[in-house]
Order: sequence, then C-alpha cells, then structure tokens
Amino acid sequence: MEKTTKTVEIDSHSINFGPQHPAAHGVLRLILEMDGEVVERADPHIGLLHRGTEKLIEYKSYIQALPYFDRLDYVSPMSQEHAFALATEKLLGIEVPERAKWIRTLFSEITRVLNHLLNLTTYALDVGAITPSLWAFEEREKLMEFHEAASGARLHANYFRPGGVAKDLPAGLEDKIGEWARGFPKFIDDLEGLLTANRIWKQRTVDIGIMTAEQALAWGFSGPCLRASGVPWDLRKSQPYEMYDQVEFNVAIGRNGDCYDRYLMRVAEMRESVKIIVQCLAKMKPGPVKVADNKISPPSRQAMKRSMESLIHHFKLYTEGFHVPAGATYTAVEAPKGEFGVYLVSDGTNRPYRCKIRATGFAHLQATETMAKRHMLADAVAIVGSLDIVFGEIDR
Amino acid sequence: MAEQEAAAEAAPAPTATEVLAAAIAALPGVTAVAIEKGEIVAHAGRDGLVGLMTALRDTAGMQFEQVMDVCGVDWPERADRFDVVYNLLSVSLNQRARVIVTTDAVTPVPSVHGVWPVATWWEREAWDLFGIIFSGQPDLRRILTDYGFEGHPLRKDFPLTGYVEVRYDEDRKSVVYEPVKLVQDFRNFDFLSPWEAMTSLPGDDKAHGGAKP
Repeated sequence: MEKTTKTVEIDSHSINFGPQHPAAHGVLRLILEMDGEVVERADPHIGLLHRGTEKLIEYKSYIQALPYFDRLDYVSPMSQEHAFALATEKLLGIEVPERAKWIRTLFSEITRVLNHLLNLTTYALDVGAITPSLWAFEEREKLMEFHEAASGARLHANYFRPGGVAKDLPAGLEDKIGEWARGFPKFIDDLEGLLTANRIWKQRTVDIGIMTAEQALAWGFSGPCLRASGVPWDLRKSQPYEMYDQVEFNVAIGRNGDCYDRYLMRVAEMRESVKIIVQCLAKMKPGPVKVADNKISPPSRQAMKRSMESLIHHFKLYTEGFHVPAGATYTAVEAPKGEFGVYLVSDGTNRPYRCKIRATGFAHLQATETMAKRHMLADAVAIVGSLDIVFGEIDR
Repeated sequence: MAEQEAAAEAAPAPTATEVLAAAIAALPGVTAVAIEKGEIVAHAGRDGLVGLMTALRDTAGMQFEQVMDVCGVDWPERADRFDVVYNLLSVSLNQRARVIVTTDAVTPVPSVHGVWPVATWWEREAWDLFGIIFSGQPDLRRILTDYGFEGHPLRKDFPLTGYVEVRYDEDRKSVVYEPVKLVQDFRNFDFLSPWEAMTSLPGDDKAHGGAKP
C-alpha cells in the first residue's frame, strides 16, 4: 500500500463513463483515460447485461429458443428472429410460402424504421437535441401497434417462426400500414428539418469519429456504419433473401465515414424502407403463411378441435418440438444495425447443439477506441450514439 | 447429387463458389474443404493459421476482407474438444467461407488479431466462455462474464444453473455471492420419444439383416 503511493505518478486521469449514464445506451461501462478533456484510451467493459442466451438456447427446443432473439436487440426484435428462423429453415431444408416471405419482408422493414427512429433521435438527444425523440416516440408507437396487431406483442413479438410466421395479418392491417406509409415521408422531412442542416448538430457530428473504408472492413463493420464509410454492401442486395430481389430500392452510400454520414445513412434507409413497405403491400397475395408440414408448423386451431391427428401434431410440436437434421450453417440477415448472423450447429436432436449469435454492435463497439482517440469527451458520446448500440444484443 | 459431383471437381462448369473452394483447398495448412448447404467449409491446422488467414485476406480471387465472427464449439467426447470457427466474408467477391480449427483446453490457437483487429473481442469471448487459449493475443481478458468469474460457462460440462448466485444483502449493504441453491433439482428432459429414438423395431428381421434368430 505504502509502496504504491510513493511510486505512482500519472499525468492523465481515468473517467468511469457509465454503466448508469443516459448516454451509455444501456449498460456500457467505458473506462476513459483522459489527457485533460481529450480521450487517450477508451476501454469498453461489456457484459453487464449478459444473460447466457447462447447457453440457454442449448437447453431449449427450436420453438422455445426463438423468443430469446426478441430479447437480444429489443429495438428491432423481428430482424433477430428472422436470422434464427432462416438458419433453422436452412438446416431443415424447407421453403416458406410466398405470403410468409412477403410478411417477413414487410415487417423486417417496419422493424428497420422502428430501430432507426429510436437510434437517430436518442443519438440527437445525446448531443443536446430533445425534440426529435419526442416526435419519434409517437411514430414508434404507431409502428408498435402494427407489431401488436400482427403478433399480439409490442416488442417481444415471437412472430417469425421456422416455417413461416405465427399467424396471418388481421383484416384491415394492410390498409392501416399503407395509410401510415403515405404519411411517414412527411415525418422524415420534419425530422430532417430539425437536424440535417442544423448548425449545432453538424458541429457535433461532422468529421467526428471518421472510419475509412479499410478501417471499417478490418473492424468488422456492417450495415449503415460500413456504408457510411463508402463500401457499397447491403445483404439485401448482394445476398438477397426472402423477397428483397423482387422489390426495388436504393442503397445509400456515404463518403466520409463520420458520425454525420452514419446519421444520413439511417435517414436515407428509412425512406427506402417506406418504398419497400409500399411495394410489399402491393404485391402481397392471400395464401398460406406457414409450411403445410404439421411436423414443423402447428395445425390450425379449428383443425385441432376436430381432428385427432392435428391434436397429436399440436401436442408433439409443443412438447418435443421438431428434430433438425445434423449440420451447421452461418446465416445472416441485414438487420437495421448491420449484419446479424446465427451460426447454428445441430446434432439431429430437437435442441440446437450450439447457437452462436453474431451481434452487430459487438464489432462496432470494439472500434470505439480507434474512433474516439484524440477526440474530446463529448465527442465520445456522439460516437457511441452514432454506432447504434443496444446492449441486449452485445451482451447476449 | 449434382452438388456433390461438383464439389469433387468433376463438373464441367464449376460455379464461382466451387472455384473459390478449390483455390482455398490449394492453400498450405488447409486439410479439407467441402461445400455444405452452399457454404464453403475449410478445415485447417493450428500451426501456420496466421499465414493462412493472411493469404485468405490478401490473395487475389479470395479477398476475405472481413471476419464476421469467431466462435468456439465444444465437443467434449473428442480428444481435441474445441472447434474454433472463423466465418469470413469477402465484400468484393460476395463470398463467404468458414474455417474450422480444432484445439483442446491447453493448446493455444494462434491469434488472428493482427490480420483483422476485430478478432480481439471474439477471441476474448471464446477464452471467456470456452477457455480456448489464443497465443499472441495481448488482451486475453474475460469479456462477458462477471468480474472475478471462475469457469467457462459454454463448455458442455458447465451446468446451466452455474455455481454461484448473487443477491443484495440489506444488512451488509452490498451484493453477496453464494453457492447456487435450487429449491427443486434441475430437470433436463431429452424429449426423445421411444417411437422416434428407435430406428428399428426389435425383432424386425428386415431391419436387422434377416439373419438374426
């Protein structure tokens, strides 16, 4: 004790940022080594929200494992379910019906808007603009009502299932979504009116936390953060899944890779999402929403009441689940935050042998030090905000 | 069936994925390459892994600029119980590949953080959750588990409930760690019904080759 007090002499000082800090976007604990007000080192401590999701999934049947994905990135729940459902379907070797694909595409995009609304406006809140978040939360509420109408839950939807979606959209929902999609571009205009040309906003974000394309690739960036650095890469275009090859949309590419470009990417993506939503609604046709095989998807409630076989199927499915042939796959989707992947290993039983969740924010957060070095403390907040970090996903 | 033939390099017009798989198979250190469900899966040795990964990143025609994921898989019945799985992505060629390296609990795997800096946290995670050691990794701290945690929770022999539980103690005004107390034994059903677990019925002469008494 006495020895250390004698010998240690430090110029810089450390700051403990979080885990209980509103700008930490959850439970980020950032140990910052400062030189005055300039960040010299940033060491993110994560895991404060670690719940052992991957371990728990190994003890659950495939149907029971799905709801855990809602609880990862709780801001864009359906996108996470999507990756797991696609991975399971790939191992099962099944193809979901067309209407289910349209519904999944539609709700993936609704989820994307939901996510970006939260991220952009809380990011603006972090750097001092309070109005955007007040406006956006009203819009988010409308979108969560669509979630609720389709799945019964506002956030933890449990809607995309291996083999299709849980149930068809209720009557009239498509019209409501269409009506919302007509009005939403006006909202984006209003939001942009608050921020895009705002002098304070630009002073806080332009040229802050620049990532070059090479750096962004080496640090495992994906999604809007990678595109902001000028890499034209979008899984919906390059490795299309569901109905993304049948809808027309543009992919916005940034130039500077700074915090401002990452903001612009998300605004542009929301506009494209609305286009995709409108096209989905126009192209959707009535039809089945899950595979006909009752070994994988449950029989209808009516059939269950009248047919012995359906009753047995229902019972078997919700106790034992279904068996997935042995194999492994890495399946990824373009989640709102970037590439969200599931590495699923099956040993032929009804439970996953291993389910590794490739969390988008995990890679992004790691680059904090590279981005925040030699920036002011307040810029570190802008950088963390621009990365779109949600700890449910990073800590798993 | 056509895919299997193509994977054996016998098909007349190989696809881009098959060409890439053949190129990866020719790299030093790669022991086996297969295309499973349309995904390239390469098995490689531990030694020379950094050279192999650098080649995968820099060789024209491969250009795996990104490692999207590094993770462990535990197979306790094997001598080399751990798989270390690297999921690579080539943005310029729009291709993915998976490189699998095996190791046991004491043999280190060379770290690839010099090839892709992003690998650092994933290697930390594999160390934390599986106890896989990465040589040359300067920052092999735990990452997801609690400060002072003991054990590697994603190993198959680590119980789901763990060994310690925490609660806030009002008297001591602090969080205390105690051994896990379960009021009911943890029950782990395998859900395998006798109908599906039995692949053939006892006394079924056809299934048993017809020769048994």
